Amino acid sequence: MLKLSRRSPLAMVLALGGLATVSAIAFMTIGAKGNWDFVLPFRGVKLAGMVLVGYAIAVSTVLFQTVTQNRILTPSVMGFDALYILIQTCLVYFVGAAGFASIDPRLLFGLEVAVMVTFAVLLFRWLFSGRVRSIYLLMLVGLVFGILFRSLAGFLQRIIDPNDFVALQGEIFASFNAIDQQLLLVAAIAVLLVSLIGWRLLHTFDVLALGRETAINLGVDYRRTVTLILILISILVSVSTALVGSTAFRGPAMFFGLLVSNLAYQLVPTHRHVYLLPAAAFIAIICLAGGQTLLEQVVDFGTALPIVIEFLGGLVFILLLLKGAAR
Amino acid sequence: MRLALAILAILGLAAVSLFVGVEDVSPAALISQHADRDALLVLLASRIPRTLALVLSGASMAVAGYIMQMLARNRFVEPTTAGTVESASLGILVVMLFAPGLPIFGRMIVATLFALAGTALFLQIVRQIPLRSPYIVPLVGIMLGGVISAVATFLAYRYDMLQSLGAWTTGDFSTVLRGRYELLWISLALTGLAYIAADRFTVAGMGEDFTTNLGMNYRKVVSLGLTIVSMVTAVVITTVGVIPFVGLVVPNIVSLALGDNARRSIPWIALAGAGLVLSCDIIGRIVRYPYEIPVGTVLGVVGAAAFLYLLLRRGTRLA
Amino acid sequence: MIEVSNVSKRYGETLVLDEVSVQLPAGKITSIIGPNGAGKSTLVSIMGRLLPMDAGHVLVDGLDVTETADDVLARHLSILRQENQIVSRLTVRDLVAFGRYPYTKGRPTVEDREHIAQALSYLQLEPLAGRFLDELSGGQRQRAFIAMVLCQDTKYVLLDEPLNNLDMKHAVGMMKLLKDAAAKLGKTFVLVLHDINFASCYSDHIVALRDGKLAYQGTPEEIMQPDVLAEIYDLPIDIHEIGGHRIGLYFT
Repeated sequence: MLKLSRRSPLAMVLALGGLATVSAIAFMTIGAKGNWDFVLPFRGVKLAGMVLVGYAIAVSTVLFQTVTQNRILTPSVMGFDALYILIQTCLVYFVGAAGFASIDPRLLFGLEVAVMVTFAVLLFRWLFSGRVRSIYLLMLVGLVFGILFRSLAGFLQRIIDPNDFVALQGEIFASFNAIDQQLLLVAAIAVLLVSLIGWRLLHTFDVLALGRETAINLGVDYRRTVTLILILISILVSVSTALVGSTAFRGPAMFFGLLVSNLAYQLVPTHRHVYLLPAAAFIAIICLAGGQTLLEQVVDFGTALPIVIEFLGGLVFILLLLKGAAR
Repeated sequence: MRLALAILAILGLAAVSLFVGVEDVSPAALISQHADRDALLVLLASRIPRTLALVLSGASMAVAGYIMQMLARNRFVEPTTAGTVESASLGILVVMLFAPGLPIFGRMIVATLFALAGTALFLQIVRQIPLRSPYIVPLVGIMLGGVISAVATFLAYRYDMLQSLGAWTTGDFSTVLRGRYELLWISLALTGLAYIAADRFTVAGMGEDFTTNLGMNYRKVVSLGLTIVSMVTAVVITTVGVIPFVGLVVPNIVSLALGDNARRSIPWIALAGAGLVLSCDIIGRIVRYPYEIPVGTVLGVVGAAAFLYLLLRRGTRLA
Repeated sequence: MIEVSNVSKRYGETLVLDEVSVQLPAGKITSIIGPNGAGKSTLVSIMGRLLPMDAGHVLVDGLDVTETADDVLARHLSILRQENQIVSRLTVRDLVAFGRYPYTKGRPTVEDREHIAQALSYLQLEPLAGRFLDELSGGQRQRAFIAMVLCQDTKYVLLDEPLNNLDMKHAVGMMKLLKDAAAKLGKTFVLVLHDINFASCYSDHIVALRDGKLAYQGTPEEIMQPDVLAEIYDLPIDIHEIGGHRIGLYFT
């Protein structure tokens, strides 16, 4: 353990970056039979989606854990992506599938992100206002909110016109195989903007990880900063959910973020987000691109990746709870 | 006396349940001069079985939740927050994969065994948790359920059974017909057994030392409780699918109103459970008439909202 | 000078602070004492703008704590609460370095490094500087946090039970250190203390709270009186003069 702790964070991040590159290259090339003109763009879009989604989930999870000072909370455990799906379902419910389909997906995405940010910030400002004292209660409330959002979405999906429902299903049960290229560009821009703002806050993240009181003592405008970070997180969650949807019935990202962030904490023993954030993002990309290559080419389990991740992540979660990681 | 009134109310709901549906089976249609034979047939073959199934599964799931809460000494535990439901679903899936010819009774037995194993695992994990915050227990349960259902999803995915897995993970009474719900009577018997053994569960809830001190065999009482819960869950899932949150919401509401005396509460819990499931099913049938919304979906919304209320209520009593 | 005027605070139905007004002198050590639940920690948290108040206001060197920008205030006033749990893996040196954040926002200069080294040496933490916080004992961790606050180098320092978890040697060392810093560097310390004898021996001014109200304030000589302490603590306390200090005995 001691030896592990003394490793240089920078070297670890570089190594992870290298491994992520190797995974990406492997994903692009292995098993490609001839015709590169077809394979490269086809897999390129998929890879771009994976990189964006992995980055968004990793960064949003680490930031969320920094703000809440808890390493087993993730935005999706707290119902963030369920909220996104509920918003999407509500839109179809009120606009109808025809209207829904006629809106430019980029505009739609912008609209959904706006609603998402508003609701998420309101909800989480309330949850973190100190009214809910125990962190476990907070998690449980978040989890049940997630179940409620999902059930409400399910309920609305039953009420809407069956034809509308089919249209909606396409949106919700999207996957890396069917990524909307227009959306990909918008998502990339959104992620870039978030990253630029985040870049300026890198040191503030380190201070926030010390807890609310220490952060205030050190001169951080806590309320404003946390609200800003919650907005950034909401945008990132919208990006990942919009791109790949929520496939398994509790969502593929439920435990993915948890897995990625905790691997990063283990491998890169530092408090500094300069290292933690890229490390987590690289691990996410390794898991997605590498995992997909492995499952597709080696064991032929193609689209089972989210399921495998859910399983592993869930185990990690229970282990962390048993270790008392949530204080 | 109040209990009698409650029974009347449930009977009223049951009557409503009998007469709501696409096919007109109103009393008028039944006794009209040229007595509609179709209406009678629908009533006997579909509506009465459906209503009975609703009452039986609602009552027994609510009582099962109550037993789990006593055994785990935690107010937020029930079959859907302890991995029981997911384990039972996995059991059914395994039967469908490896012994598709097994009769429904056999399927139920396998599901029971899986549910038993899953719940025992859950209790074992809960005992290992260092910090016993009352909220961790359901958290672990829900996560354990997630892990188990990931295994089930993976299997279902491998063998192209995702569709059928979906069929029993959402409780739905619209397919209940005469000849296809009778298994549920077993759960009534189990609920009766739970009533008889009620005091033992109360004692077991006080802990192993306390139970032994009173001269009871702790392990036996816990095993009995677990068996009842697992079997009820398995029966309900094999016949109608998962009915979420009934076992959590109902006992908590009853305990708010009546306090905690097992013998006095159990009849109320059973009645209220039946009432809740009946009402949700009726809602599901009316909202999008002539289509139906499965009761599992309705209860997901109602149950989750009620769960939140219980969690955030001022001065929540813990554990 | 810290001026507290008519500060009130409620938690739900309970009134924790009831119109407290008190002035704490600059360049001195002020101890806040009182029984459990008197509102000591709440008062200090409000002074350090960690808790909002329901009425009243607090001025530190003329700066209103609720209105002054957080980063400005962080260069005038620092506060350390009792409970400090940190999830990230930090070394002692990393933690202490955070004390410089209000000045350099995370890009330490040469001058910052001097401050950090000085704070580490004040609290005799050099041998532990590279250790992770979760490898330390409670007392060592407490000293690391105090080093961070001292590294922040503010004129006003509020410490809620700084002697928590410290053994006798380190508790005495800590109080001597604070006394020294007040005398030589002109710093102002406000401490919440449980041990009245530490308050008596080391402070210039004592503020006693009881049931959310200001009960007494004055010099240690004025407060360390049997009748005064009996009223504050609802307990008979004998006062003995030992080595020029007033010591309260209440063990039997």
